[in-house]
Amino acid sequence: MTDEEKKNGDLSTEAATPDGAAAQVRRNPVQWLGYKWNRFIENRKKKWNDFKALDKKTKRRKVADWLLNNALYILIFLFVIVVFAYNQNFLSLGSIVNIFMQSASRLLMALGVAGIIVLTGTDLSAGRCLGLCACICASLLQSNGVMNKMFPGLSFGIWLIPIALLISMAVGGTVGAFNGFMVSKFKLHPFIVTLGTQLILYGAVMWYVSLGQNNSAPIAGLAPEYTKLVTGGFKIAGVQFPNYLWIVLAITVLMWIVWNKTSLGKNMFAVGTNPEAATVSGVNVARTIILVFAMAGLLYGVSAFIESARVASNSTATGVNYELDAIAACVIGGVSFMGGIGKIRGVILGVVLLQLVNAGLVFLNFEPAIMTVVKGAIILIACAIDMRKYIAKK
Amino acid sequence: MEYILEMNDIVKTFPGVKALDHAQLRVRPGTVHSLMGENGAGKSTLMKCLFGIYHKDEGTIRIEGQEVNFTDPKNAMENGVAMVHQELNQALKRSVLDNIWLGRYPSRFGIVSEKKMLADTQKLFADLGINVDPTVIMSTLSVAQRQMVEIAKAVSYNAKILVLDEPTSSLTTPEVDHLFRIINMLRDRGCGIVYISHKMAEILAISDEVTIMRDGQFISTDPAKDLTVEEIIRRMVGRELTNMYPPLEGEVGEELLRVEHLKARYQKIHDISFTLSHGEILGFAGLVGAGRTEVLETLFGIDEKEGGDIFLDGEKIRIDNTSDAIRHGLALLTEERRATGIFGGLSILDNACIANMRQYKNRVGLLSDKKMIHDTNWCVDAMRVKTPSIRTPIRSLSGGNQQKVILGRWLLTEPKVLLLDEPTRGIDVGAKYEIYQLIINLKKQGKGVIVVSSELPEIMGICDRIIVMSGGKIAGEVTRENFSQEEIMTLAAKYV
Repeated sequence: MTDEEKKNGDLSTEAATPDGAAAQVRRNPVQWLGYKWNRFIENRKKKWNDFKALDKKTKRRKVADWLLNNALYILIFLFVIVVFAYNQNFLSLGSIVNIFMQSASRLLMALGVAGIIVLTGTDLSAGRCLGLCACICASLLQSNGVMNKMFPGLSFGIWLIPIALLISMAVGGTVGAFNGFMVSKFKLHPFIVTLGTQLILYGAVMWYVSLGQNNSAPIAGLAPEYTKLVTGGFKIAGVQFPNYLWIVLAITVLMWIVWNKTSLGKNMFAVGTNPEAATVSGVNVARTIILVFAMAGLLYGVSAFIESARVASNSTATGVNYELDAIAACVIGGVSFMGGIGKIRGVILGVVLLQLVNAGLVFLNFEPAIMTVVKGAIILIACAIDMRKYIAKK
Repeated sequence: MEYILEMNDIVKTFPGVKALDHAQLRVRPGTVHSLMGENGAGKSTLMKCLFGIYHKDEGTIRIEGQEVNFTDPKNAMENGVAMVHQELNQALKRSVLDNIWLGRYPSRFGIVSEKKMLADTQKLFADLGINVDPTVIMSTLSVAQRQMVEIAKAVSYNAKILVLDEPTSSLTTPEVDHLFRIINMLRDRGCGIVYISHKMAEILAISDEVTIMRDGQFISTDPAKDLTVEEIIRRMVGRELTNMYPPLEGEVGEELLRVEHLKARYQKIHDISFTLSHGEILGFAGLVGAGRTEVLETLFGIDEKEGGDIFLDGEKIRIDNTSDAIRHGLALLTEERRATGIFGGLSILDNACIANMRQYKNRVGLLSDKKMIHDTNWCVDAMRVKTPSIRTPIRSLSGGNQQKVILGRWLLTEPKVLLLDEPTRGIDVGAKYEIYQLIINLKKQGKGVIVVSSELPEIMGICDRIIVMSGGKIAGEVTRENFSQEEIMTLAAKYV
């Protein structure tokens, strides 16, 4: 190596491997945080100095680039300010917590769909799948003595709650695995596969709600033990923190680990980037695709268990079009349709931002028609910005 | 007007890199002008600036004395500047006709005139001596034929300036001769031809003048007759490069791999049998389409086998898929780096570790960052990969560095047998030498290496033994003492 290369190499490998450097010196968590913080500040300073060293023209272009790449977030930020100016309650603790609760209930599905988008796919069946699972949960967990109880022979007991969750996950997982199987073995585009599955699931849920004594009516009268377990919780400063928040939190952490620390996660990104190269590298592409779809299905199952208790009255309409919100959230959060790009924190951000916009529009007393148009516009802007990162490099 | 194309003081900066630093290219009409330089020297960037794919920061471009600034390749084409890219961008599912007239279909009242298209194309092909049916679908043609079509397309624009980027990298000798006849014809008509290639012999045979670039800068322009291969390499690399190939060291040991009667289900290879010893570099030579790549891919479990036995160190093994192959200690560096080698958007770390995930799992099945970073750093150091960081996306590296990362990926799996398919394709001279050295180091460690290459000097330079394939069969075998181009070419044509 020449001296110059060495210098360059050293400079950047140091910056590139903070984990490696951190692992060599044992620090307690406080020291570690301090260390990280110092690094962060140093990096910022360095970046700022680099920026200052540029000439005027490049500076202007850099700023313009930054503004364009972050246009969506800037717009949403402005939007929040406008809504806040119009109605201060928008940023009250209750309202903020409410936005987060809404986000949490949507997050699981978004996390599932995100994995599929990383594989350059999409899942149109997610909402219907959630609907079917939610109806199953609800039918198993009706209180005793409800009028027209779907399965009158099934007497409610606490033990039914975990069983309903497991069945819901099993159904979701099976649907997901089926989708993945069709995609990987028959080389069908996920759009087509899930379009078909979505119809099959619709049929299945129509058939399911006609079973027993239900007669296709909405399934309501859920056991209070079940609804309390999901939506109940404790209050801080008069604001309710429901239990499902912790379920969602735990699963999000789990998904972060799967994405970043397991070979399934690494393989998922590899297959999303270049399936041919993944095959050559010994990755079982079909297995990876099936597992990612099945994992998404499991998440829909858990999500259905929560949603069923939240909405309290489940019908064939439960979950419809949820997948569109989930896909939109992923796109907003930077999970690219080009495949191979996406982060868990991006998905979380996307879900929260989408809910923020939803809530903001409600606060502005907008009509539903306008709200829908605004949501559509946001998705288009997000996609355009995403694509810009790939095509504008000239 | 002395020059048909004049590019002066072109500067192009990318974030963090000065890709072109006052580059210069001056082409006279009626000449073939070779543009040479290592990968990353800025040849492609310079051409992209000419075609308006990139916007130059500084400098002037003149065509026949007139300053031009093309906004996109179509704009350039319409002004008589055409390019045949190394990677052909063609609409493979459409016919040859559609491809040639794409974007400018002859039409009346919005109705495309197929008749005129066909007549014009036939005339064009006859003119250039191209023997291709213009109505067939593009994907049914060979790479060579597709290249001819692309050149015909450029000619049909009445191109005054034609840029050919590595046109011969996948052509056989007769095909190259045909290409050269066409090039000479265009030269005689007064076109200026810019020829980009890594093949020295070719450059000296075809070109009138040679411009050499290094690190984005202009080094020299000289008549080709005043240059030698050594001189060109010296200027490209910027240092003396005494040997093209490192000396072959290390002993050939006992039998390592034996393949008997290998047959593929969907590929045209018949009854392939050969052996490979510890510490041996075995070459597979042959024409394009002889089935060399297919042998490697069938062996590695990518293409389905129909029959045949594989023995590793005397033991019979079964390889049904790529993970079987990796588990048994095989590694395959594929021919098409971009299509089947790299994960463009992923970091060097991810690219280096992907084939070796099993070794990074800890007790609970999670991956150890520390081990992965350690191995990636080893890979970057041992392969001498030039990169700002191991988190850099691999697509921002040059071809040679990408290849080194992928070679590193396979070395991390600690293979016994390495299958290298065109390991130096599209890589500059300096990096080639490093890769040869790496291959010979593997030999010294007692590993078995199979090299497939279309460049005879290369395969003769680094192999202990060469198996020549022809028409999907093994046509013969030549040992190092008896290496000669004639012998190999005769065998290669045996079953064609």
